[in-house]
Amino acid sequence: MTQADAMKVYICTGCDIGASVDVDKLAKLPAQFGVAEAGRHPFLCGEAGVQMLRKDVSQGANRVLIAACSGRVYADRFDFGKDVLVERTALREAAWVSAPNDADTQLLVEDYLKMGIVKLQKTGKPEPYIRELDEKILVVGGGIAGMTAALAAADAGRGVLLVEKEAALGGFLRKLKKRFPVDGVWEPVETGIAAKADEVNNHPSIKVFLSSEIASVSGQPGEFDVTVKTPQGEVAVRAGAIVQATGFKPYEIAKLAHLGGGTVDNVITSARFEEIAAAGKILRPSDSQEPSSVAFIQCAGSRDEKHLPYCSSFCCMTSLKQARYIREQNPNAKVYIFYRDMRTPGKYELFYKKMQDDDGVFMTKGDVESVTGAGNGGVEIVVKNTLLGETIRVKADMAVLAAGMESAAKNGGALHLTYRQGPELPELNYGFPDSHFVCFPYETRRTGIYAAGAVRHPMDAAQSEIDATGAALKAIQCITLAAAGRSGHPRSGDTSYPEIAFERCTQCKRCTEECPYGMYDEDAKATPQPNPLRCRRCGTCMGACPQRIISFKNYSVDMFSAMIKAIGVPGEEENRPRVLILACENDSMPAFDMAAKLRLKLSPHIRVIGLRCLGSLNMVWLGDAFAKGLDGVLLFGCKFGDEYQCHNMKGSELASERLSKLEETLGRMSLEPERVRFVPLAIDDAHALPGIIGDFMKVIERVGPNPFKEFAD
Amino acid sequence: MATPAPKYPVVVIGGGIAGITAAVEAAECGAKAVLLEKRAHLGGRVARMHKYFPKLCAPYCGLELNFRRIRENPDITVYARAEVAGISGQYGDFTVKVKLQPEMVNAKCTACGKCAEACPVERQDHYNYGMGTTRAIYMPHPMAFPQWYNISRKACRGKECNKCVEVCAYGAIDLDARETVFEMKAHSIVLATGWDPYNGAKLQGLSFGVSPNVISNVMMERLASPEGPTKGKLLRPSDGKEIREVVFAQCAGSRDENHLPYCSSVCCLASLKHAAYVREAAPDANISIYYIDIRTPGKYERFYHKIAADPKVTLIKGKIAKAEHDPETGGVIVTAEDVLAGKKVTRRADLLVIATGMQPAAHNGIAGLKTDEQGFFADGLARGIYAAGAARLPQDVSATIMDATAAALKAVYGGRP
Repeated sequence: MTQADAMKVYICTGCDIGASVDVDKLAKLPAQFGVAEAGRHPFLCGEAGVQMLRKDVSQGANRVLIAACSGRVYADRFDFGKDVLVERTALREAAWVSAPNDADTQLLVEDYLKMGIVKLQKTGKPEPYIRELDEKILVVGGGIAGMTAALAAADAGRGVLLVEKEAALGGFLRKLKKRFPVDGVWEPVETGIAAKADEVNNHPSIKVFLSSEIASVSGQPGEFDVTVKTPQGEVAVRAGAIVQATGFKPYEIAKLAHLGGGTVDNVITSARFEEIAAAGKILRPSDSQEPSSVAFIQCAGSRDEKHLPYCSSFCCMTSLKQARYIREQNPNAKVYIFYRDMRTPGKYELFYKKMQDDDGVFMTKGDVESVTGAGNGGVEIVVKNTLLGETIRVKADMAVLAAGMESAAKNGGALHLTYRQGPELPELNYGFPDSHFVCFPYETRRTGIYAAGAVRHPMDAAQSEIDATGAALKAIQCITLAAAGRSGHPRSGDTSYPEIAFERCTQCKRCTEECPYGMYDEDAKATPQPNPLRCRRCGTCMGACPQRIISFKNYSVDMFSAMIKAIGVPGEEENRPRVLILACENDSMPAFDMAAKLRLKLSPHIRVIGLRCLGSLNMVWLGDAFAKGLDGVLLFGCKFGDEYQCHNMKGSELASERLSKLEETLGRMSLEPERVRFVPLAIDDAHALPGIIGDFMKVIERVGPNPFKEFAD
Repeated sequence: MATPAPKYPVVVIGGGIAGITAAVEAAECGAKAVLLEKRAHLGGRVARMHKYFPKLCAPYCGLELNFRRIRENPDITVYARAEVAGISGQYGDFTVKVKLQPEMVNAKCTACGKCAEACPVERQDHYNYGMGTTRAIYMPHPMAFPQWYNISRKACRGKECNKCVEVCAYGAIDLDARETVFEMKAHSIVLATGWDPYNGAKLQGLSFGVSPNVISNVMMERLASPEGPTKGKLLRPSDGKEIREVVFAQCAGSRDENHLPYCSSVCCLASLKHAAYVREAAPDANISIYYIDIRTPGKYERFYHKIAADPKVTLIKGKIAKAEHDPETGGVIVTAEDVLAGKKVTRRADLLVIATGMQPAAHNGIAGLKTDEQGFFADGLARGIYAAGAARLPQDVSATIMDATAAALKAVYGGRP
């Protein structure tokens, strides 16, 4: 805040605030900070209230502190344009969780007002990082997903570069005789893949590189520098965003020896069966005889801890489709399908039903125990636990193993990123790239790079087409936002970005290692090389930095230190402990709002500060809190691990790792480790707050007041 | 050079997770978006879920982020209590006729809650699927967005009562408010009208609507929620007794020629999730799930394994034929076939949860759009009109979000129908 800045503070007295606290006293408080007495209004969010604010803004107020309700409501009404910084202090919610007209409640709201003033004083106006960006989309992989993404982006007016390692487009679908139906007549349908490939090849906005691979990718969204290895040599291209649609690999037959794979004649995978069918008449491999009976064995490798622990999603429909091929070729042929659960979700059920109605197709649940040769090229399958209630033996002319899929990302080698954190999209489990599953499936850990199709999750062709179209949107969107200096998810629209005071950098690598998005590269001396357009503004680097040299214009270590130092700490004799709560603003802060809406009562001795992500927790704040005389610190962040809920994937996990090193610091201060506690808190945990906070207050009571209280100013 | 931003907004019909996603994703590409929701609050069906599978995380976590994206983006306009009365025109130049229900509570509402304290009328709580009551002026959930109250026009006694008007310090209530109709231009339209649970009462023999101890899967979501009618306590609905035996009937309506011929895609995972709710709320209860096939595709398999490994959970291949009131225990007697054992079994249960499927929501007023036999919007409606989410196909939240993101691209850039 500079001399030219004019701060105004407003207190709303509506929604019980005026009836719960001494507003007159509160209004005089800003004077301690050289700020004029607070304006008051009984209905600040109403027309007259907003009018009052607008008038002051038009007369020069450019920093406005709204001490009223939570910042989660009425942001639009309290928006006075980009030149006016607005900060919100949730007096209403503080009043709702506290006893009215109580000395402790008054101290609570006074502290919140002070913290709000200090925060606003320490806030600067973000200046967006704006560059002229490349809008082309690079698509890696020319199968159904890649071609769909390419066409979607090209139809949206973007230039597209499509890199395919094979000599022709089409991917897995090119090998198919037909696709299974998704609607309508419930008969296998033409793949249409050749026509689609023609469309891609002839599209004026799509440049196709066949027999080519990515040699390297460096840079950031809007500025990816890509080297493509083509048969003619290396080609340097530039792209704004990337869709990785490198598909899947069918599980190898050699790994399915327990089902006769690779060891028994005429036991083949469904991928091989498809090739045979696509070539013409279905003949069994050993003797080119037309089979009069074929057995399908589902979950060959899938749903098996020893092989692929997941379901591959497409195999049930594939076997039903292939059963149809056989029945079409020879109406007298018998088909057996042995499954564990027939998985034909949604309308696919109608195709299953149709095949169930075919007398030539026998299907049963069961566990296949063995597949052996039965002479003359035939096979014998032993199936336990069938619906017939007994172990059955079935002889067939050939057997098809419905082998599952493995993500092509499993073995890497697709992107060759020059990123400090590794060459490919980070994996979450089973070789599939990490994404924020359920609500934000595209939210990648490498900004501007989106996986789509079977590389990302086991899915069929129809789902891959949808996925690829969605990924194309995210790629376009990423560049659109970046070009305006705005962040993408989860802080969509944020124009701040981290700035580093390099002269004090010790090359400790904390920021380059911890950023969930791989924003920093390193030079030879390990000095961080930021790529601001990769940044998603979580502040993890700021929290990680022991030198405290990373800050955002409107979010900094200093800002929160100052807020913590603004908390009033009564002397030990007053028996008013103080507990600082640092809480994730997406989940924990709304939980506090919900507790307020429900009028749950919380200890008046807590002081809650919202953080962008708990990952931005800088350990110095704990030192500040204890040096100031606060008695304890509670940290609320999202659940982490494989089933993480953190929207920055790693934020809360990294914060808790930092805490594991805390004991030493506390020990130096002769403070008990119980004074700091991390609690995973979800947005719907409002009901748990009184208990969690109450328990912690008991701990603080037990360990006693912070001995630094008397030294604190 | 990129296509310029469309002149008119992308109009999204339906404010559930599909519609929210489509609107937000379109707007973050630089288009303007209008989100029309027929209820007073956004969130649709997912806002009424206690947790999502497979992470058992709270739907409001993702909704909160999306609400924030809506709040902070001036390119998105939300009309709640809005229904579509007609669509005309073509891609790039549609006209959408919107009917706004009377705005009896307007945007001046601060959600302070004084009105509900004053309101003397109790009404059945539809948000909680008829379990429990609210006042005639109510907020369905403390996190509801927008944060304003709503009045049930059916239940409200109007100006002769007027108590809410009297206590509202902000002039936010107008009991004389009238329905308004207006037209807006649209670049394109996303149909995200979602789904309704299949009516369990149509399933003869399962005693849904007869025995209070037979509930549907969507009701289970509300019973498990701390904001639900029982504040998250799981007790026998008929008498509040502790629950010892819970039975789940899968495919209640789905995969059944007489009801819904398709698979509803989510019910297996939903019941497995409900088993996790029961394990938490009633740790001593035994859980039996009767199924035709357990359908947990992709990585969901891991969630299935986790739940199935619990010794308190038993999965039985077979269909429940009958459920009746049990005069002896006050619970339910369930008759089922155990297919693998090849026999008929009867079981006493305290609670029977029927996994009712999803059917496309009624979309009155958007007449003339092609649907399939089941009422799902057909693919290839017209250039500029795209269906997404459960309005198009029975699908789960994550698939719906992919679908809605894809629809947003088509809606902004005029993709192939």
